[in-house]
Amino acid sequence: MARKSMIQAINEALHQKMEDDETVVVLGEDVGIDGGVFRATLGLIDKFGESRVMDTPLAESSIVGAAIGMAINGLKPVAEIQFLGFIYQGFDQILCHAARYLHRSQGRYSIPMVVRAPYGAGVKALEHHSESTEAHFAHIPGLTVVIPSTPKDAKGLLISSIEHPGPVIYLEPKRLYRYKKEEVPEEIYRTPIGKAETVREGADITLVGWGGMIPVMQEAAEHVDNEGVDAEVIDLRTILPFDVETITKSVEKTGRLVIVHEAPRSFGVGAEIAAIVGERNLLHLLAPIQRVTGYDIIPPLSKLEDYNYPNSERVVKAIHKTMEF
Amino acid sequence: MKLIQILDENGKYKADDLADIKEQEIRKMYRLMILTRLWNDKAMSLQRQGRLGTLASVRGQEASNVGMALALQAGDWFVPAFREYGSLFTLGISMKNQYRYWGGDERGNYIPEDKRVLPTCITVGAHLCHAAGMAVAAKTRGEKSMILSSSGDGSTSQGDFHESLNLAGLWKLPVVFVIQNNHWAISVPVEKQTATKTLAEKAAAYAIDGLRVDGNDVFAVYKTVKERADIARNEFKPALIELVTYRMGDHTTADDATRYRKPDLLKTWEKRDPIERVKKYLMKELDWSEEKDKELVEECTKEVEQAVKEYENSDMPEPETMFDYMYNEMPWHLKEQLEEVKELTQAGGKK
Repeated sequence: MARKSMIQAINEALHQKMEDDETVVVLGEDVGIDGGVFRATLGLIDKFGESRVMDTPLAESSIVGAAIGMAINGLKPVAEIQFLGFIYQGFDQILCHAARYLHRSQGRYSIPMVVRAPYGAGVKALEHHSESTEAHFAHIPGLTVVIPSTPKDAKGLLISSIEHPGPVIYLEPKRLYRYKKEEVPEEIYRTPIGKAETVREGADITLVGWGGMIPVMQEAAEHVDNEGVDAEVIDLRTILPFDVETITKSVEKTGRLVIVHEAPRSFGVGAEIAAIVGERNLLHLLAPIQRVTGYDIIPPLSKLEDYNYPNSERVVKAIHKTMEF
Repeated sequence: MKLIQILDENGKYKADDLADIKEQEIRKMYRLMILTRLWNDKAMSLQRQGRLGTLASVRGQEASNVGMALALQAGDWFVPAFREYGSLFTLGISMKNQYRYWGGDERGNYIPEDKRVLPTCITVGAHLCHAAGMAVAAKTRGEKSMILSSSGDGSTSQGDFHESLNLAGLWKLPVVFVIQNNHWAISVPVEKQTATKTLAEKAAAYAIDGLRVDGNDVFAVYKTVKERADIARNEFKPALIELVTYRMGDHTTADDATRYRKPDLLKTWEKRDPIERVKKYLMKELDWSEEKDKELVEECTKEVEQAVKEYENSDMPEPETMFDYMYNEMPWHLKEQLEEVKELTQAGGKK
């Protein structure tokens, strides 16, 4: 087993699935000779040629829309949107068509496609390059929304997403692309969609988050560990449909919940999780549920980025508040 | 740009151009156009009586509808918008199911496995991207098939029109984009949609061929689409075909065209009726008679009445079916919500 970064793991998943299944194709801006601006598609065009690795015109609606057509007609397209902030020109295709064809056609047309996009802040980028808008997609019936936080999960979840019979929005925390390397199995393997991972077991408080927030939560958990607080850290991994069992079981045990996401707070995925826990675990709760999130603002440019991006200090503060309630 | 026409409104025709259209095909076209008009007229009447939901009248566009669909071969795909009932019937989609769909029953949108047809697309122009993507798949597989999309004049203003034609021209896709220019996007006339004189000339921007056809001439529609479908299928050369026709009805049953359209305009186009001119041709060339015509109309009326009967005798869809086909496998949250619906309906709170 070799140690790989998340971007290498994603690249490996694409190589292996394209070898494994000739109906898998890749399309998007700069995915060919450039290998994608983050190099997720590196080397694919040399191995599989232009007919399966398509550099598209700069036009997101037709990247998604053509991928839908390919999926209807027997291919398994993996479309790359260069940054999540650019996906909105293709949003109509996702909301009104990708998510609906199966129902609209009463079961005739499945849309086995993946839309990959780097998301989130933390790399000091330009406007529209730091958005974390997973909630927009989680609010679309018919979609599946996946966000890995480790190289190993990135590969396993991408393989599961490519094999999934319906449309999957696969969001990649760009801050973690080269954050660390870990052992990634060489072979094709699947990380199940819809299953969270408890990355740290604990008895006192539950922390739920995903993607770029996982290292932040782990750091906060280590910090409070020194103070005698035993935090459980859950990596949600799939946003829609999320793993309600893992969350509620943990809250039954700990009685305390802090949800962490970098997206704006109001109407975010955290609100949905808090509502579900409120519905199911009211009597287990020993303190109000806390959210540590980005503010309800436009993601700031680099100078102020760190003030908006949740850090372990803010998570520790929320843990303290919850423990002291 | 030249308007391609074989049969004019007086029934005069260009014999050379007509030579390769078989008599049997002409009779079939005529029958399908009549069937489409009768289905449509009946739909309008059912809607006014509250027996059908909102739908878009296709009156006046029967030649465009039927001609383009008949031009397809087995293996080809048809990607419609929402004013192509005649094309759907031509391709064997049931009249009953179309009543069901427009009557608010989603089961009517089911396309049988043996038909290469997509379901109705209500948002304007988005499906042109799907057609382009389907063409990529066909070409990648080396399959001898092509994709025919249909949309209206309004769709040519959409970004998706531009993106799809751009892709088709760039990647040399086996696709033909048909625009049924019926002159109206609800209340906005085509003159207010674009500064170009024709819609077909827009093809030049994508280095593909643009053709302009009398959309009320079923022979010209059929022949032109067939030729371009063959070229798309065999040579990977896409095309844009503008069918110049006219929306004789309102936009939909929820619209009132008298608010924005002068009645004189209709008179001009009534004279160009797509069905009348074929009847004139049949009378002159194929031993047709008023009596035979009456028989045909009666036979088609019976067929339509039968479809209405089957539609109105269909069972009400079960409320639980709202949840069907949201996902290939139902996730937990939908299962829970489905249970809520079941509790309500089983408690007698149904409908």
